[in-house]
Amino acid sequence: MSTVTVQLFASYAESFGAPTLQLPLKTGSTVADLLGHLRLLPGASILPDSPRVAVNRKFVSADQLVDAGDEIALIPPVAGG
Amino acid sequence: MIRAALVTRAIDPAALIASIASTGYGAISLFAGTVRDTSDGRGVSAIDYSAYTSMAEAELRQIVAEAADRFGVTSLVVEHRIGVLSLGETSVAIAAAHAHRAPAFDCTRYVIEEIKKRVPIWKMEHYIDGTREWVDPTNASGVTAE
Repeated sequence: MSTVTVQLFASYAESFGAPTLQLPLKTGSTVADLLGHLRLLPGASILPDSPRVAVNRKFVSADQLVDAGDEIALIPPVAGG
Repeated sequence: MIRAALVTRAIDPAALIASIASTGYGAISLFAGTVRDTSDGRGVSAIDYSAYTSMAEAELRQIVAEAADRFGVTSLVVEHRIGVLSLGETSVAIAAAHAHRAPAFDCTRYVIEEIKKRVPIWKMEHYIDGTREWVDPTNASGVTAE
C-alpha cells in the first residue's frame, strides 16, 4: 500500500484544515476510492455528492484510475470572473 | 496574438486592447469583470481571488484556443487577477479583435462563460460587517453571482 497526495483549495482546504492530504493508494485505485477515504476525515461534510476532481490538471470522472505519481486535486465550485 | 494569463497586478484593459489592435480589424470587443459593492444583498468591501495556478492557466489557454478556433479569431487576450481586490477593480479582462463585430462579441462572451464554468479560481467575499464567505455559484443563493 502506497500513498498519494491530494491537493485541496479554498473552502475545501479550510474545511479539512490543510492544503494537502495523504491518502492510501492501492493498485487499481480510482478517484472514487480516494473520495471514499476523504469522506471519513473531519471536514468532509463540505463535499457535495460528486465533487469535481482533477488529475494532472484535467477534470476526470470518478472511475478514473489513479497512480502514485499523479497530481490530484479536489476542485471546489469555481467562482472566477 | 493569443494569450492567457493569471496576474497579481492591476489589469489595464486599454493595454489589452492595444496589444491586439491592428488596422486589419474593424472590431475589438472588450469584456471586463469588476468587483461589485453588493452580493446577494450584502455589502461587499473586497474580494480575495485564489487559484490552482498551474491548472487555471492550462484551462485558460485551452479556452482561448477553443474560442479562437470556434470564432475564427486570431487576436485574443485574457488576464485574470489573483489576490485581494478593492471595489471597482478589474478582476478579469478579455479582448478579442476581428474584421467584423459578431465574432469579436461572441468570442469574449464564450471565454467569460467558460471561465465561470471550469477555471479553478475561487473568490472569498469580504463584507462590510466584517464577515467573509467563499462564493459558491452552485448554491441556490449564488445565482446572483452571475
